[in-house]
Amino acid sequence: MKVVGQPLPHEGARGHVTGEALYADDLCGRFPGLLHAWPVLAPHAHARVTRLDAAPALEEPGVVTTLTAGDAPGEANTGPNRHDEPLFPDEVMFHQQPVAWVLGETLDAARRGAARVAAEYEPLPAVLDIEQALAAGSYLTAPLRLADGDVSVLESSALRFEGELRIGGQEHFYLETQAALAWRDEAGYIAVYSSTQHPSETQEIVARVLGLPRHAVTVECPRMGGAFGGKEVQANASAAVAALGAWKTGRPVRVRLTRAIDMAITGKRHPFLVRYAAGFNADATLRALRAELYSDGGWSLDLSEPIMWRALFHVDNAYRLPAVEVVGRVCRTHKTSQTAFRGFGGPQGMLLIEEVMAQAAQRLALPADVVRSRNLYREGQATHYGERVDDAERMGTIWSQLKSSSAFEARRAEIAAANARSAHVKRGIAITPVKFGISFTAQFYNQAAAYVLVYRDGTVQVNHGGTEMGQGLFTKIQQIAADTLGVALARVRVMSTRTDKVPNTSATAASSGSDLNGAAVADACRQIRSRLAAVAAGMPDGEWREFAAVCEAAYRQRVPLSASGFYRTPDIHFDPRTGRGRPFHYYAFGAAVSEVEVDGFTGAYRLLRTDILEDVGDSLSPVVDRGQIEGGFIQGVGWLTIEELLWDEAGRLATAGASTYKLPSWSELPPVFNVSLLERAAMPHVIMGSKAVGEPPLMLAISVREALREVVAAFGSGVVTFDSPATPERIFFAVQRVRALRPALT
Amino acid sequence: MSALAFVLNGREVEIGEAAAQTPLLDLIREQGLTGAKEGCAEGECGACAVLVVDADGRPGKSALRVVNSCLMLSALAAGREIYTVEALATNGVLSDAQRAMAGAGGSQCGYCTPGFVVSLFAEQHRPDRTGPCEDEALAGNLCRCTGYRPIHDAAAALGAAPDGPLLRRLERAAPVLHAVSVGGFSRPATVGECVALLAATLDARLVGGATDLGVERNLRAKTWPHLISVEAIDELQQFTSTPERVLIGAALPLREIGERWRDAPDAVHEWLTLFGSPPIRNRATLGGNLATASPVGDGAPLLMALDAVLHIAGPSGSRTLPIAQFFTGYRKTALMPGEMLTAIEIPKPLPQSVRFFKIAKRRADDISTVALGVSLDVDRGRVRRARWAFGGVAATPLRVVEAEAAVSGGPWNADAVARVQAVLDKTLRPVSDHRGSKEYRLEVSKSLVEKYYWELQS
Repeated sequence: MKVVGQPLPHEGARGHVTGEALYADDLCGRFPGLLHAWPVLAPHAHARVTRLDAAPALEEPGVVTTLTAGDAPGEANTGPNRHDEPLFPDEVMFHQQPVAWVLGETLDAARRGAARVAAEYEPLPAVLDIEQALAAGSYLTAPLRLADGDVSVLESSALRFEGELRIGGQEHFYLETQAALAWRDEAGYIAVYSSTQHPSETQEIVARVLGLPRHAVTVECPRMGGAFGGKEVQANASAAVAALGAWKTGRPVRVRLTRAIDMAITGKRHPFLVRYAAGFNADATLRALRAELYSDGGWSLDLSEPIMWRALFHVDNAYRLPAVEVVGRVCRTHKTSQTAFRGFGGPQGMLLIEEVMAQAAQRLALPADVVRSRNLYREGQATHYGERVDDAERMGTIWSQLKSSSAFEARRAEIAAANARSAHVKRGIAITPVKFGISFTAQFYNQAAAYVLVYRDGTVQVNHGGTEMGQGLFTKIQQIAADTLGVALARVRVMSTRTDKVPNTSATAASSGSDLNGAAVADACRQIRSRLAAVAAGMPDGEWREFAAVCEAAYRQRVPLSASGFYRTPDIHFDPRTGRGRPFHYYAFGAAVSEVEVDGFTGAYRLLRTDILEDVGDSLSPVVDRGQIEGGFIQGVGWLTIEELLWDEAGRLATAGASTYKLPSWSELPPVFNVSLLERAAMPHVIMGSKAVGEPPLMLAISVREALREVVAAFGSGVVTFDSPATPERIFFAVQRVRALRPALT
Repeated sequence: MSALAFVLNGREVEIGEAAAQTPLLDLIREQGLTGAKEGCAEGECGACAVLVVDADGRPGKSALRVVNSCLMLSALAAGREIYTVEALATNGVLSDAQRAMAGAGGSQCGYCTPGFVVSLFAEQHRPDRTGPCEDEALAGNLCRCTGYRPIHDAAAALGAAPDGPLLRRLERAAPVLHAVSVGGFSRPATVGECVALLAATLDARLVGGATDLGVERNLRAKTWPHLISVEAIDELQQFTSTPERVLIGAALPLREIGERWRDAPDAVHEWLTLFGSPPIRNRATLGGNLATASPVGDGAPLLMALDAVLHIAGPSGSRTLPIAQFFTGYRKTALMPGEMLTAIEIPKPLPQSVRFFKIAKRRADDISTVALGVSLDVDRGRVRRARWAFGGVAATPLRVVEAEAAVSGGPWNADAVARVQAVLDKTLRPVSDHRGSKEYRLEVSKSLVEKYYWELQS
């Protein structure tokens, strides 16, 4: 029986529920003589290090050594592309930046030692937000630009408006903080357990810092306790420190950031400032859009440039933009280096166009869903970067199916009637679409390799370049391998990700994990399968049915039982100079309807119901896919509502802990939560007809923001705007603004 | 068993004086039991959750309480019996809670899962549970992957707890906490001993459930020359309700207040539900909440609205103090050196109307931006007595006496609301911080008065 498409539980579920699943830091007990690391953190957002004397730390009992600039035999810089992240900086670039590390026999000893390192600083002026960066001309990139059509028609549009939108960042809050464990291996080289989405890049950075060739460094990712983009680049520094410590001392070294330090020093989703002008025709179709997008990139480049590109690619969301000019620029500020986070700039780009659609609806006095649906892509239309939107009719199908299944029109009427009767507690409902481009926009990342081993007893080990962070990649890989080889699921073991099994891997990111690695694994399995078929053909009738017997026969006939598989995504290209191309292999589509209730006295709100219809192609693994949709949606709800990153005047993150930074908990789960997958949705030219599912559902949460806007509007009159996240405070004041007259007390 | 030892999954573990102030989580993980994990080190995420066998209302029997092992300083485990996720499967056969979580797709990355499993297991084994497992029981666990729906389904799928070693264990009494006195840690058995210890060790710090102290330990690496645990003092665990008053022992965990004060006004039960999460309420105490004197603590506003009286013991005997006089400044109280809270008394009859409002970013388990405790007695159309007590609007919890005078003796109507709001405009001086701006704090405080009025009308 086929296992692809079956609703199987997560491949690691048993280990998860028993506590037997091991994460990088759970392996400490296997390393006698383990040393623990603690950073020396700078108390300034921007400063010159005028003196750093680590010697006093050595007087602290239990401190073994310190790591400072002179200790790296290679280049002590972890910046992946520009080499712009010194591991031991002489210029502090953000508050709490580590300037040195202390290694101790215990974590407490290392921590006490770090407190004794004598560091002196000369504070320098700091740039702490986008406005300050614009005033100071502080940027990490040149302007990036996409344009299409004649935007000058904007001025003569029937409806013309402009505005500004501030979009907050987001902390990943992977439950497992950054962790790495490094030791000298049997050959005297370096081995690292790292909680990383990108083992090959972690290997590259460790090799760079130690001045070693890459074959001297082995990185293994056992599994991750969540990542969401936050361990794509940001895992490298912890691994580099652990490796440098192990190299220097010859002893195993563990780095595990505490939550407070992790939040203080690792990058987040980029805050954005967007300035826009939009023109609409009288029939509510968009005529032209002009916008400037500024992101707060923090102190170093990281992935900020491709993130801005993806924001620019997604300013259309699911809407046809006949004339557009969007310019994006990454600001350099004295903050953590903002990084990848589920959606990778797409969410910020989409929030802009959804703001524009909502305001157009209010200004034209039309229901927002009408304005949105009139602008949805139609078959044959192309994006503002020239890529035809294949299967655009799926968007319309999803829209109408979801409106019907969620009883959208009837509920909206019922809500309007109820709101008229309730002065202080009101409800609102909204529907929003998502179209999300699938592929890394850096073309060369769109490749994957796999190495599949079949043993004589018919059991299988699958190695591939993807990492498991909870998204269910290993479950899907196991299913793909089992079906392609034609064996039972239990025969297939998916190995942890190691750079000595599959080299030069891409990050597990961009929702591409199963598309790329699944195809590579299937390629390897098909090679073995065809070799085995030849062997089986020569076997007596009863015997060839038994997979193990065929494997044994193949072995005895000297037929190889291992194979490398490979996959490269076909037909994708993009030219950043012209802003034209086909950067995406295909688009993922979906839509959500959300209903919320707001208490006008306080601004407090509750999400009452959400209905989602998502196009995942032919689902490889329905339980996994539904989990991605629900989890991504709730994570998006957090980003747009209660998750608020705040920095104080000194540039210190004021919300650096779970008690001050609130992620969604049980109280944010809507009591009614219906998730459906689009039927008859097989996607040609993608592994087994499936579509990517990791990132797109996050942006379905925009339906919650738009439902909040509907409720606020019901409290009064006027155009409703509020920045993101829509905290209870922002909703409270938005209600106050639209309440022309507060209802008189009776 | 030595004075500083506990039983972990049936095996005795020595704590050792050096580890007395080490988080229990670290000690457990050093035993090779790595299921419990550090997620936040603040008692917010529940990834470190473990089960403590604790006394139950049923004589001679016991119950499983979920606690955050990251906040529990190891010495506080002395004499206790503790189980981790590793103890829940029997001979490789998963427990119901584990099977339900795995089957429902309740784990993705799996890092938070042992904590959820432990909470779900305790909820399934809750002796007074009659209906399905309550979602609220899992409110002390955070998951970043699933969005909670499958975990909700797993909880809903659980029936009665099946027979098993842990269920049978609950038919026997929990270990009785004995007095402990070792270097740097004491657990006296009486108030008298405790006061004497306080007098003898001036640098000693009292500890109840350590839900605040544990955070100081983890975030600021704080250690204390001497800790005195009040958990073994029976008098501090009392709860009595008579026609004249309710008396709540200062060290009674918050959970038990709700369980034992069954006929309390709805406001009290709502207040307790908003007061931390279940693992926090299993450990946190009202005495600790008041003595830490946080301006955003949830305890004071409602207790002020109820005219609570604090019972204090000290070197020169016992005294009582109205709660309105207790907070003397930011994180400062009227406790003299050597004094301790022993009980919180709530006089009866209770006000005709009492409410507690909490404004926060997240609806559950968040710290107040603003809290309001309000009570009102109206006689023949005239306000006889009103209390407006706020958290989050000043350096201390604040009873706004002027607003009481503004409505006293007059009718309770829209004009009275406006008069209270006018007083708040003049007297509240909130500050801006990461929880809310000063403008929001002031405006929402005024708005809450109106909300209270409106809800009373309708």
